[in-house]
Amino acid sequence: MTIEYSGIFGRLSWESFPIAGLIQSPNANEIVANAAAAIVIVGAIAVIGLLTWFRLWGPLWRDWLTSADHKKIGIMYIVFAIVMLARGVLEGVVMRAQQAAGPGEGFLEAEHFAELFSTHGTIMIFFVAVPFVFGIANFLVPLMIGARDVAFPVMNQISLGLTVSAGMMLMVSLVVGEFSTGGWTAYPPYTGAAFNPGVGPDYWIWAIVVSGIGTTLTGINFAVTIYKLRAPGMTFMRLPMYCWTIICSSILIVFAMPPLGVAALMLAADRYLDFHFFTNDLGGNMMNYANLFWLFGHPEVYLLVLPAYGIYSEIFATFSAKRLYGYNSLVIATMSIAVMSFTVWLHHFFTMGQSALINAVFGIATMLIAIPTGVKVYDWMATLFRGRIRFSVPMLYGLAFLMLFVIGGLSGVLLANPTLDYQVHNTLFLVAHFHNVLLPGVLFGLLAGYNYWFPKAFGFRLNEAWGRLTVVLWTVGFMLTFLPLYFVGLMGMPRRSFSWEDPSFHPYMIVAALGSLVLLSALLAVVAQLWISIRDREKTRVPVGDPWDARTLEWSTPAPPPPYNFAIIPNVTERDDFAAAKERNEAYPQPEAYEDILLPRNTAIGFVLCVFSGVWMFALVWWIWWLAALMSVLIVVAFIAWTFQTDTEVVIPATEVRKQHEAWLEIVRNSDPVNRDHECAPENRGLARPDMEATT
Amino acid sequence: MKRAPTHSYPGLNLGRRHPEADKASEVVTFGFWVFLMSDLVYFGLMFAIYITMIDAQAGGPGPHELFNLKSIFAQTLILLTSSLTVGLAMLALKYNLPRSRIVMWFGVTLVLGLSFLVLEMSDFMAMAEKGGIPQRSGFLSAFYGLVPLHGLHVAAGCIWLIVLGIQLRVFGLTDLLMSRVVRLALFWHFLDLIWIGIITIVYFGGLAYG
Amino acid sequence: MDKRSEMHRRERRRYLIGYGGSLLLTISVFLAAFVFGIATKGVYLTIGLLGLAQLILQLVYFLHIDRRRSSREDLDLVLFSTLVLLIIIVGTIWIMGNLAVRMHTFPM
Repeated sequence: MTIEYSGIFGRLSWESFPIAGLIQSPNANEIVANAAAAIVIVGAIAVIGLLTWFRLWGPLWRDWLTSADHKKIGIMYIVFAIVMLARGVLEGVVMRAQQAAGPGEGFLEAEHFAELFSTHGTIMIFFVAVPFVFGIANFLVPLMIGARDVAFPVMNQISLGLTVSAGMMLMVSLVVGEFSTGGWTAYPPYTGAAFNPGVGPDYWIWAIVVSGIGTTLTGINFAVTIYKLRAPGMTFMRLPMYCWTIICSSILIVFAMPPLGVAALMLAADRYLDFHFFTNDLGGNMMNYANLFWLFGHPEVYLLVLPAYGIYSEIFATFSAKRLYGYNSLVIATMSIAVMSFTVWLHHFFTMGQSALINAVFGIATMLIAIPTGVKVYDWMATLFRGRIRFSVPMLYGLAFLMLFVIGGLSGVLLANPTLDYQVHNTLFLVAHFHNVLLPGVLFGLLAGYNYWFPKAFGFRLNEAWGRLTVVLWTVGFMLTFLPLYFVGLMGMPRRSFSWEDPSFHPYMIVAALGSLVLLSALLAVVAQLWISIRDREKTRVPVGDPWDARTLEWSTPAPPPPYNFAIIPNVTERDDFAAAKERNEAYPQPEAYEDILLPRNTAIGFVLCVFSGVWMFALVWWIWWLAALMSVLIVVAFIAWTFQTDTEVVIPATEVRKQHEAWLEIVRNSDPVNRDHECAPENRGLARPDMEATT
Repeated sequence: MKRAPTHSYPGLNLGRRHPEADKASEVVTFGFWVFLMSDLVYFGLMFAIYITMIDAQAGGPGPHELFNLKSIFAQTLILLTSSLTVGLAMLALKYNLPRSRIVMWFGVTLVLGLSFLVLEMSDFMAMAEKGGIPQRSGFLSAFYGLVPLHGLHVAAGCIWLIVLGIQLRVFGLTDLLMSRVVRLALFWHFLDLIWIGIITIVYFGGLAYG
Repeated sequence: MDKRSEMHRRERRRYLIGYGGSLLLTISVFLAAFVFGIATKGVYLTIGLLGLAQLILQLVYFLHIDRRRSSREDLDLVLFSTLVLLIIIVGTIWIMGNLAVRMHTFPM
């Protein structure tokens, strides 16, 4: 494709749209590309149409897009993550189908396949895992530590806006132009201007830079929130385990996102301004990129998995009806993992050519991380031991995690050995390994958390039977798809190959493709579960707010919680304060007096920055310089204008708080407590009969 | 939460004169510290890249041909002095001196910041005349990745000074603005710290090892 | 009123000490460079140490970081950041320097 350039549209032209390719040469490859573009367009039109039909634009704007409420921002993050998850899973299915077609066969072109694995990785890490993890954190952290909101509610909204606008760039790249073919790591010089002059790597760069800024702000926000906004009496050693993992995750973000930003911006300087950071000529050194990228990349995987560990910790304790075993050791293990994750990045490029000594040092450091992780696994098992276990959906995810994650972790210890890594480097063994940690580790954790806290967020439980089906489908689908990849990896099949020749790979590839269909049906089952649960919501309402006889502060509030979270900020006296209060029969105290509550006022700044940054990225990708300059100015002006706004809070009068809180206490008094055997029955209104720990 | 006896957060603070503002600043100042540390990692990485690329001159001009130590000396003194003046603005705020005193020290800091930028730009221009442009070599790319990044921070600081000066005139000394002054002072001191790294590693290090 | 101006004077003196000290260190650094040249390792080491001294001086006198109880939080943050930064920078230089030696791109 030759690049034409005009002052107004930059290098954007008719050729940039995939439909042009379909008209020129209709084949399977173009049909898939156009189908993907069509899904995006039809999806967008459908959303706009539905919003208009049901007259939801006003409520959407007032209650969601301009809201600075951490709970709503959290829910928006999760919705965004699930939409992106759908795209990521579909791409995985297409890739597995391509590889299953047989030696030398397939319906995609190499370029298209490369786009698929690049977007799949980018989306799954940056636009599914990160927003899902921090969506849940957004919803939970202030509730768990007894705060009214996060430390910087408006910055929180801006983070969401930047993440979403960056994610939208990946959607736009389906319809206009193409995405990078350089994988989610985008190694130069392949992604440099000399080899890849098109728009693909530019989409990657700006999506990464902007979402990286959003994520950094989130990290700062949560570190400060947990550090400074804890309720009186909530000392560090009384924090729920989940909050510990979030504070470690936030620290990882604060220190690990900059390397990614530096790497991406340097790549941008190479591509746009003809710098020589990573080029082949004039002193550039692409290995600097590998080093920078993994300085980010390794802490990144821990910042994703630590919150999942936190979720499992809460779930194992609740559904075993026991206090979490080995809290102190779990805290120490979490902190050690966070710090050690900065000392292992080189294991992603053992084969780059540095001396054996360096490889050995980083290999040993990598193996050492397995120790605190092992401590955690034993702590969780000890929590289960002699517990009064209920096999509800979150617990089932947790059990699947415990078994599968150990396999993934051990394959990681194998890879930490440089001599072995030389053999399987860049093979599907590696792909199997990291999917084995990321699916059972992160995704199962997030889905478990989604099932566990859904009633808290929306006031009704998710359908239990469909939930169990999703667990089965995800687990079976995962095993069918990724366990065969260990074998073909050991047999030497390189990752990211759109075509292969060795016929002995074929059976494994077919199994993996079938597995990917099971994973797709698992995703559909998640949607079906949500649909059915909404339909049956009257039967599963839990207004009192504690359907699982859980232990931490967030369950002591109504479901859904009021905008101010707590009518009276709780006074914490011990770890698992709510569980202790239930045992003492003091769980729902009658406040003596109410006070006016200050809450952050709605603001449009997050949405405005979302739109501006989106247009800014698009203009940069397509070299529409005037628009990029205009947007840069507008972003700065919008931000400065926002700092002139001084009236940033609204008051909720004490009488209003009293009215709402007394009404809820009335519901509490009129509800019958249920014991654990009837947890999933309609009579569970969210009031638990705390008989568990007493009897064991 | 434990409260320190004198003021509720450490480091630069508003002191006992402004208890309300001091308390309101606690969270946001700590958050700003965390942001600065994240920013510090950006600079730290650029330093590391510069060190690894110090020899990647690809036959182009190197530190000995390009660096003008006299101008660097002048820039250092200017930035150091501006760090003092922004501190004096802080003190004027803390001890309830008239608002005009704060704005005056802001003005002095702004002039110093701008003259620093002018000197730096003229340095870059002189370098470019000798062929020292970022497109010439990996070493120069690393140089121009790092030093102008600091310059960009100074420019942002100047815009912040102007905006905050205007806001002080419009709104007076509100709690919110006082806490912004604290953060601006932190930011400005931080930039001087980075600059010490730049003269030590980029300029002297470049001359010693380049 | 007296006490207040006394405290004001004391704090201003801190700033002036920080400024004077930094000025002295800066001048000696440049003086060393002009007089001795910087080609020798000893001079560069001196310059590096003086730079470090100035960093600490400014952290204490301008940013008021010290070991008093009330400053602990910021000190902890700065120290932890320094730790991570050192890991990152030293690691990068180690790895990339080793690579450069093994690839004969520059003698080290």
